Amino acid sequence: MNQFQYVRPAETSGAIKSIALDTNAHFLAGGTNLIDLMKMGIIAPERLVDINNLPLKTIENIPGHLRIGTLVTNTQVAENQFIKENFPLLSMAINAGASPQLRNMATTGGNLLQRTRCPYFFDTTMPCNKRVPGSGCGALEGYNRMHAIFGASDKCIAVNPSDMNVALTALNALVHVSGPKAARTIPFADFHRLPGDHPELDTTLQKGELITSVDIPTVPFTKNVYYLKVRDRSSYAFALVSAAVALNIENNTIQDVRLAMGGVAHKPWRLIATETFLKGKTVSEETFKQAAQIAMEGAKAYEHNKFKLKLAPNALLQALKTASGLKA
Amino acid sequence: MPPDSDGVPNKTRRDFLKKSSFLTAAAFVPVTVVNAAVNQWDEKLASVFEKTSLHLEVNGLALNLSVEPRTTLLDLLREQLNLTGTKKGCDRGQCGACTVHADGMRINSCLSLAVTNEGKKITTIEGLSKGQELHPMQEAFIKHDGFQCGYCTPGQIMSAVALIKEGHAGSEMEIREYMSGNICRCGAYPNIVNAIQEVKTGGLS
Repeated sequence: MNQFQYVRPAETSGAIKSIALDTNAHFLAGGTNLIDLMKMGIIAPERLVDINNLPLKTIENIPGHLRIGTLVTNTQVAENQFIKENFPLLSMAINAGASPQLRNMATTGGNLLQRTRCPYFFDTTMPCNKRVPGSGCGALEGYNRMHAIFGASDKCIAVNPSDMNVALTALNALVHVSGPKAARTIPFADFHRLPGDHPELDTTLQKGELITSVDIPTVPFTKNVYYLKVRDRSSYAFALVSAAVALNIENNTIQDVRLAMGGVAHKPWRLIATETFLKGKTVSEETFKQAAQIAMEGAKAYEHNKFKLKLAPNALLQALKTASGLKA
Repeated sequence: MPPDSDGVPNKTRRDFLKKSSFLTAAAFVPVTVVNAAVNQWDEKLASVFEKTSLHLEVNGLALNLSVEPRTTLLDLLREQLNLTGTKKGCDRGQCGACTVHADGMRINSCLSLAVTNEGKKITTIEGLSKGQELHPMQEAFIKHDGFQCGYCTPGQIMSAVALIKEGHAGSEMEIREYMSGNICRCGAYPNIVNAIQEVKTGGLS
């Protein structure tokens, strides 16, 4: 690992000022992704601004929202009693990811900024437009079993690796950021980007901006929720596909629904058209099967990930059945 | 380098040290300049001044240390403190061999920069026993043959001790799920689960 300057400011303003001093500076929180990338030589910051002393570590109930500070760890979120009772989808998604050790270290803001696990991104001998813009995409014609089936471009077919992000997009979260300019709030759907011509940009964060908290509107999806993650081993592996389902069911009718998938796109993949289809419908296996087909509109597979065209709708169908109680 | 109160570092000290040592050399003979560049003396000199102070409690012992910011907690424990019980497996947070407790929580010490643990209490496998008396989890691993080659064992035991405290050792399924961050390539998993279950139910305590 290259040498770097290390600073540990105590105030958010100091952290933002410090990052602005250097074009090659990074914020450091849990480090579970950043330190790995530095060891692999994928990034080599000149300065790390350790934000672990900033006062951004609380979970608060504010009117209409639950506010999670950027430094709250994944374990603290998943194990929080209020979150387990009121946002069980979030707890389930977080617990489906990584290991207990990593969840103890990883933070809320850091999880939002996880880089892809595409092997071509990690292999510095291979071309990768995300790592070295303009160098090409190794996965496009290479081994692309783990890769995207939605929203990819000819520059990049990598997927976002986070489970937490899939739940947060379904829950309409808001991302609060501070930076050299005015603080702003980014709707979750606009926070991560599709690769397009600039796969080096994972998010719409501007240079020097720091995530300060994530808000979740207190719309209760408490009972009929499920996060299904399909992977190569039963724990501690990235998703081949995952499905987040939150339903509000009254008298066997779907009053409200939120759906998102993971492991299928460069960003957590919200299924708005499928939600619209399901709203007002009666709970039935046939309806859910139709919904799963609608969810797949526009899907495109590559040489080694054609199985995802079957696995994804099946996963969504299973998650819908489990969440609704059709299947125990 | 200690941060300033507002977090803005003495931004050019490293550059200054590198340049000044280089310029000093340049004032003498060209050979010195070449040697300085070839041997990266400027880098080495700068690094001496770049160590950061670090206060840690490791296995109950308060320590005042000086570390390079890029040193991981794992390398600090093994290379500077000679606590080689904590193992380096993948060095990428994927195998769990480096698991230690920081303020009672299990973490992968390979992905934690030592400096970010300022003021914390670190417990390693060496800190579990009381003198010659093994921790119940260590006893249980021996009794149930919870290892073969033993390389992953310190990490497994540190993880297992934390697991019971966390309250996730309710069933075999739950134990397996919450131990999934510790890989054992000898495949001692069934015996590891048995050892944890025995300690959980109060055996060997």
